[in-house]
Amino acid sequence: MSLRIVVCVKYVPDATGDRHFADDLTVDRDDVDGLLSELDEYAVEQALQIAEDAEDAEVTVLTVGPEDARDALRKALSMGADKAVHVEDDDLHGTDAIGTSLVLAKAIEKTGYDLVVCGMASTDGTMGVLPAMLAERLGVPQVTLLSEVSVADGKVTGRRDGDTATEQLEAALPAVVSVTDQSGEARYPSFKGIMAAKKKPVQSLDLDDLDIDADEVGLEGSWTAVDEAAERPARTAGTIVTDEGEGAKQLAEFLAGQKFI
Amino acid sequence: MAEVLVYVDHVDGAVRKPTLELLTLARRIGDPVAVHLGAGADAAAATLAEYGAVKVLTADAPEFADYLVAPKVDALQAAHEAVSPAAVLLPSSTEGKEIAARLALRIGSGIITDAVDLEAGDSGPVATQSVFAASFTTKSRVTKGTPVITVKPNSAAPETAQAAGTVEQLSVTFGEKSTGTKVVSRTPRESTGRPELTEAAIVVSGGRGVNGAENFSIIEELADALGAAVGASRAAVDAGWYPHTHQVGQTGKSVSPQLYIAAGISGAIQHRAGMQTSKTIVAINKDSEAPIFDLVDYGVVGDLFDVVPKLTEEVKTRKG
Repeated sequence: MSLRIVVCVKYVPDATGDRHFADDLTVDRDDVDGLLSELDEYAVEQALQIAEDAEDAEVTVLTVGPEDARDALRKALSMGADKAVHVEDDDLHGTDAIGTSLVLAKAIEKTGYDLVVCGMASTDGTMGVLPAMLAERLGVPQVTLLSEVSVADGKVTGRRDGDTATEQLEAALPAVVSVTDQSGEARYPSFKGIMAAKKKPVQSLDLDDLDIDADEVGLEGSWTAVDEAAERPARTAGTIVTDEGEGAKQLAEFLAGQKFI
Repeated sequence: MAEVLVYVDHVDGAVRKPTLELLTLARRIGDPVAVHLGAGADAAAATLAEYGAVKVLTADAPEFADYLVAPKVDALQAAHEAVSPAAVLLPSSTEGKEIAARLALRIGSGIITDAVDLEAGDSGPVATQSVFAASFTTKSRVTKGTPVITVKPNSAAPETAQAAGTVEQLSVTFGEKSTGTKVVSRTPRESTGRPELTEAAIVVSGGRGVNGAENFSIIEELADALGAAVGASRAAVDAGWYPHTHQVGQTGKSVSPQLYIAAGISGAIQHRAGMQTSKTIVAINKDSEAPIFDLVDYGVVGDLFDVVPKLTEEVKTRKG
C-alpha cells in the first residue's frame, strides 16, 4: 500500500532582507523577497528520505499563502516531491496560527495522508506551534522536534532532543512529525529536478474547496490582535576599543561598572 | 481577583526559574494558581507559594512521563475547567509551546508565544513580543477565549510574595488519543554544572574565531568565572566544535540574558535572531568591520586568544 506523505511548507520573507509591517500590522510581503523557509527544507528532505525507504510512497508538498508562495512549492518539487497543493484565497490575508492550522488540517484531510511532516518552526513567526496544532486537529499522534526519524511497519520512530533530556518516541501512523535542523542536510535541487518540477502538478484550492467560511480566517477571524508594532530604536552606538594590551582590563572595568562582576 | 493558571516547569519537583518569573508576571493580572504535573508536588508547593501561588493544583500519573505532550494538555484542560482563569501562562520552552498550542484549540482560545513582557490591559493581558530578529517590538492581545500566553525566560526578575499555596488534587481524565506517542526511553542530559543556556543571566558564546573544539575551553573558563552558560554560533556547531544543544540563533536556541558576550562571532543575521534581545551585549572580535559591533554596548577589537584569557583572570581577581 502506498505511503502518503504530506509536507507542510511556508513561504517566508527573507530574513536577510529588511522585514517590516504593513499598515494593517500584518507582515509586509511586498518589499522583501520571499523563499521556502529554511527550516522546512529539512522537512522536505526527511519526507523524501522516508519515501525512498518505503516500498511505494508519494510526497505531496502543501502550502497556504499568496500567489508568490508557489515559489516555495516549486523549490520542494525540484528537490523531488511528487506533487503540490497550494491553498490560496484573498480572504486568508492576516490569518494567524490557529486559522492556518485549520486551513492546513482541512487541506491535509482532503489530500489524504498517512504521515504529515513539518519543519520545527517557520523562520518568520518562529512560534513552532503548528505541528502540535495539526496533531490536535487531525486527532493523530504528534511526534515532534525530531533530530532523527524513520518509518517502518506502520510506525514512526524518532529522537527528540528536549531541554532537559533526549527521548526516543514511537507512534502508529497516521501521525504528525516535525523535524529539526539536526535531522540532516537538505539536498540541493539538481538541474534535472528543476526541469522535472515544471511538469509536476500543482493543485490550487480556495476556502470554498475546503468548506471554510471566510470569517474563520483572515484578520477578521484572527484569535489575536496586534495593537502596536514599533521599530526598535537603533541601539545607541556602544563603546568600541581596540586591544593594545589593555582590552581585557578595559572590558572588565565596563563589566564591573554594570555590576556583572 | 481573577485567577491565572501557571504551568509549572520542574524536574521532579525542583521548580525551574522561568516558572518563578511566570508567577511574578501572573500577579500583575490576577492571583496565580500553579499547575504541577508529575512527581514532586510536595517539594514544589512551598516554592510556588513563596512566589505567590494562592493555590497549587497537582496531578500525578504515569501518563505524564510515558507519553508525549497530550496528557499534559488533558490536565491543563481539566485545570481550566476547574478554575475558569483570566489567562493561562506557560514557559516558552519547546514543550510549553506545544502544550499551549493544543490547549488553545481545546478551550477555543487564541494563543501568543514568546512574550517578553506582560501587563494588565483594559480587555485582558497585553503581551509584548520582540519580532524579526528583535528589529520590531509588538504589543498583542488574545481576542477570543481565555488568553493562552507563553513567556520567554528572563522576561521578569522573580519576586517573592508569600501566598497560601493551598495544595489541591486535580482530577484528570486522559483522552483516548492522548496516549498515541510513546516515550520509549528518556536519557536526562548530562549536567555540565553550568546554568541552562536559555535561563542563564549571563551567556558567553564562541564562534568561528574560536577555531577548534579544543579552544572552547577558553570560552568555558570565562563562563565559569562569570557563572555563565556557554553558547556557540552555528558556524562553530556545524564545524563540530560544540554540541548543537548550545547553538544560539534562528535554528538553535533563543536567549535573552542580562549579559551576552560574543567571542569570535561575526554576527550574521542567523545568530542575531537568537541573541539580539539580550540586555547588555559585548563582543570580542579581530575584525573591526564585523556586524556584531553594530549591536554592542561594549566591543573589543582584538584577538580573542589574548583578550578572553586575560578577561577571565580579571574577573577572577575582581571577584576575589
